[in-house]
Amino acid sequence: MIPDPNSLYGPLDPAPDAGYEDAPPRMGFFTDTSVCIGCKACEVACKEWNGVPQSGLDLLGMSYDNTGALTANSWRHVAFIEQPRPAADVLGEPADTGAGPQFLGMPGAQPPGRASGAEGRSDFRWLMMSDVCKHCTHAACLDVCPTGSLFRTEFGTVVVQEDICNGCGYCISACPYGVIDQRKGDGRAWKCTLCYDRLGAGMTPACAQACPTESIQYGPVDELRERAAARVETLRERGVPEARLYGHDPTDGVGGDGAFFLLLDEPEVYGLPPDPVVTTRDLPKMWKRAGLAALAMAAATVAAFVGGSS
Amino acid sequence: MAEAHPVGFQWVMEAKRRGAKVFHVDPRFTRTSALADAYLPIRAGTDIALLGGVVRYILDNDLDFREYVLAYTNAATIVSDQFIDTEDGDGFFSGFDPETGTYVQDSWQYAGHEGSSGSGHTAQERDSASGLAHESHGAQVGGQTERDETLQHPRCVYQILKRHFARYTPEMVERVCGIPQEKFLELAQAWTRNSGRERTGMLIYSVGWTQHSVGVQYIRTGAIIQLLLGNMGRPGGGVMALRGHASIQGSTDIPTLFNLLPGYLPMPHHAEHPSFDEWVDSIRHPGQKGFWGNARTFAASLLKAYWGDAATADNDYCYGYMPRMTGDHGTYQQVLNMIDGKIKGYFLLGQNPAVGSAHGRAQRLGMANLDWLVVRDLFMIESATFWQNGPEVATGEIVPQECRTEVFFLPAASHVEKEGTFTQTQRLLQWREKAVDAPGDARSELWFFYHLGRKLREKLAGSALPRDRALLDLTWDYPTHGPHAEPSAESVLREINGYDVTTGRPLSSFAEARADGSTAIGCWIYTGVYADGVNQAARRRSRHEQDWVAAEWGWAWPANRRMLYNRASADPDGNPWSERKRYVWWDADKAEWTGYDVPDFEKGKPPSYRPPEGASGPEGIAGDDPFVMQGDGKGWLYAPSGVLDGPLPTHYEPVESPVRNPLYRQQANPTRKMYAHPVNSVNPSPPQEHGQVFPYVFTVSRLTEHHTAGGMSRTVSPLAELQPEMFVEVSPELAAEAGLEHLGWAHLVSGRAVIEAKVLVTDRLAPLRVDGRIIHQVWLPYHFGFEGLVTGDSANDLFGISLDPNVLIQESKVGTCDVRPGRRPTGPALLDLVADYQRRAGMIPGGHAPAVTGDSEGERRGDS
Repeated sequence: MIPDPNSLYGPLDPAPDAGYEDAPPRMGFFTDTSVCIGCKACEVACKEWNGVPQSGLDLLGMSYDNTGALTANSWRHVAFIEQPRPAADVLGEPADTGAGPQFLGMPGAQPPGRASGAEGRSDFRWLMMSDVCKHCTHAACLDVCPTGSLFRTEFGTVVVQEDICNGCGYCISACPYGVIDQRKGDGRAWKCTLCYDRLGAGMTPACAQACPTESIQYGPVDELRERAAARVETLRERGVPEARLYGHDPTDGVGGDGAFFLLLDEPEVYGLPPDPVVTTRDLPKMWKRAGLAALAMAAATVAAFVGGSS
Repeated sequence: MAEAHPVGFQWVMEAKRRGAKVFHVDPRFTRTSALADAYLPIRAGTDIALLGGVVRYILDNDLDFREYVLAYTNAATIVSDQFIDTEDGDGFFSGFDPETGTYVQDSWQYAGHEGSSGSGHTAQERDSASGLAHESHGAQVGGQTERDETLQHPRCVYQILKRHFARYTPEMVERVCGIPQEKFLELAQAWTRNSGRERTGMLIYSVGWTQHSVGVQYIRTGAIIQLLLGNMGRPGGGVMALRGHASIQGSTDIPTLFNLLPGYLPMPHHAEHPSFDEWVDSIRHPGQKGFWGNARTFAASLLKAYWGDAATADNDYCYGYMPRMTGDHGTYQQVLNMIDGKIKGYFLLGQNPAVGSAHGRAQRLGMANLDWLVVRDLFMIESATFWQNGPEVATGEIVPQECRTEVFFLPAASHVEKEGTFTQTQRLLQWREKAVDAPGDARSELWFFYHLGRKLREKLAGSALPRDRALLDLTWDYPTHGPHAEPSAESVLREINGYDVTTGRPLSSFAEARADGSTAIGCWIYTGVYADGVNQAARRRSRHEQDWVAAEWGWAWPANRRMLYNRASADPDGNPWSERKRYVWWDADKAEWTGYDVPDFEKGKPPSYRPPEGASGPEGIAGDDPFVMQGDGKGWLYAPSGVLDGPLPTHYEPVESPVRNPLYRQQANPTRKMYAHPVNSVNPSPPQEHGQVFPYVFTVSRLTEHHTAGGMSRTVSPLAELQPEMFVEVSPELAAEAGLEHLGWAHLVSGRAVIEAKVLVTDRLAPLRVDGRIIHQVWLPYHFGFEGLVTGDSANDLFGISLDPNVLIQESKVGTCDVRPGRRPTGPALLDLVADYQRRAGMIPGGHAPAVTGDSEGERRGDS
């Protein structure tokens, strides 16, 4: 089989590219944060089904988020973002406009939406979003895995096999989203499997099954992309111009995500990288350069010997 | 709703998807507010002012569904000329008795009915929380009522309503509730626009609405709005109560309450109901109209189910065996009785009062003064270990070595480990199968009570004492199965359904009930759930295989009727109000009522039927009177009886409030139930002095991540880690004022307790401008206690005990407190701090705020 020219970058259907013949359609998640109610049923269902251990009993003070991040022990993570009240307040004091620091065109200290997001809004906003492994079309974690523990499934998803992982940790630095993580006291890498065991039995992943408002939708990625585009359109018609998709585009830096999102603000507001790129994108170029360098070295060595003998 | 009922909230999201506009009113911005189109912050405890504002908006702008209101409600009924409204009585209706703090209701009656059955003194009704008996029906009305169909008569209900709510203007709503006028008007407009002939609106409330000293009147105000807008008995309308946990509806239908028997039959009172006949007549009121005329058949069948062959017509079906009430046996009176040593033993099942009930310290001190306490729960909860690990051990008030209570902890099976039914808010019974065996010694409640009864009966088998007859004559013959001799839940359901005593045939309808001892029925409103010997609650026909009413999914009481009073979905002539809202209608060709649902009306009674002179029982209900359980067949905008604190809702301030009632000199509900006991106290509120010692308003509620008192969530790792610590939410403004830091500690002080919590400073709480003042509100989750994987102080410790007079529910959604930075003191110093606050606030242990308030403390009309 001739490898797809987009094997490492660009639009691609990952399962056939990984060698599956007659692969089923690529399956994934579309997470519509506009209907997320922050109930965390996804986090609990994931832990229950997959036997994921406790991730700590700490009050983080990050609104209602006491999970903090996607880690080896949290494969779903609901982020809560409180965006401030508009300046005019009930105390009847004039809004703070004149005095104070002047805007000098410098980048803000806070992420977009946190400090300036109140403009154009009349109300306080509380955003909620259930984050998960993106199951990238071009998954750097998988590319760098030396043991073959990480593999591409027939559904186009990316799964770690815990009995093969040797805990080298290469995948952790490779992930452009910071999703995959090493478990303390265990050493191996863990992340969302998109419930590979349930998919094989024709079942819906635990998180999507538990979601009461269909914020997490599971299905063939092609269908989900159509549904997502229609939802953005509807929201914009209803006066939510800030609705946008994230990770849906097959031409983006990771070839599109198998798990993508509808957001109501900039990705950074939710703690997502604005323009993720598969870290192995430049691998061929790098190898080419390394090869060239090696050749040049070899040539120089030969030249030196040749020169020396003359 | 998203916060406490996330699964139910999916339907709100579905409605939103279809274009519905969602309003959310709450003291703090919650997960529900985050998804709502409009959020209205409200001062805790002022909902009647808000809803009263909506009533006034409807009446002032003639937005009521006039045809519906005229025909189906008591708007046109003339009220007695002796009635005086709160607007003329400065916060009191006529008939107030300062001695007992209750009303004599004679003057509230319809004109010409002043001496009718609904009248009289209500002091004893308050003690027995008799408002609960009206959950399935209103009070009785005898004979015809005087009406003015033009609604112009000054004493017709419509005009009384108009005058009563005239001052609940948008300005007043803003002044009392802190809700800006334009936001209020937006809400009122949306509600009224979406009601009428073509559209209906639904009102959903949760248990937080009930936990106020005026909780029943909150819901009454909502019901008035729904009646005025024609939203009752019609598809998409109604008032829905979201309960605190599974089958709370079931536990009032077949009650775990001291004052009710199955099917809302009242528990006999020793003085009022000495004989079977007197008991039955107090329910059916001979000569009265409406469906309670058949009460004798339900009562006799219930006793027949209890005592089987021993119950005969000659011995009044063993009525003499029935326990009798002697007064207030409500849960709070019981706790005080425990402290006073009047109660020796206690069974505690599926409840954790050490954390979940108001005044936690009183709860724990009470349980520490028993001979024995049986706790059945899934986990070792605070109510089982208070004697060892409770906060009173640290203060020295409970000494484990000396605590006299012997605690028996019995592990209980969870809902997936036993079979049975859940009854939800729509009165729908759904059977659930057992999924897994319970671990270890954990057993079902059914197993526990069946075998407890069996063993007691075995021990008493030879007894000749008359007092043991009630136990020995009980029918106690349920078949058992399995290694633990688990009783058959289906055989219990069959008994609840009822059967013919001679043939054993299960009854199909409560119309088959007889008063001659030939039928036995465990709960008459559930008759039909086991019709034809089939478990109807277990039906699971897909909604895709039946019409949208889905009558073959589970079983709804009564008679599998999915919507009560659905005769109101048709106009007085029996035709649907509109095609869009077609539900139940009169088929003139067949001369019967028909439709998608089981009609809530006598099948063959035509819309034109008018009762003959002097008719009683069901015959007294006209063909266009849909509210068949009400004595006059009408929806009650004005309740001449049945509600003890007034025929109309009135805004009173919460028992603890920093604000003087802007509407009346009377500050708080004058009929609220108060307990003068050394352990109980109430923080001072205006016009009392020293209210500023407790300057802040606090309210408590749930987090999605935890369940009630935490027994089923703080003990489970995947839930516990999601909200791992007790915290208090404060606005940035209050944090600055009180010197609080995000994630730092704060402690909160009331006249009862001091608790500590981590601080979350958030914009989700905002100070309110109320009557020219800034009111700060703080919010706490009430889930935390001292057992489990995650622990913390209990928010309910802050509350005192003041109850709604109708149903004896505690005011545990609003109170006053002080908030201070840092951790609370420990040991005896903690008690000193509370005592210091009590001293500064002029609080006397065992004293309480005056029931009746004048302009200042010196001007009280009386003190009960």
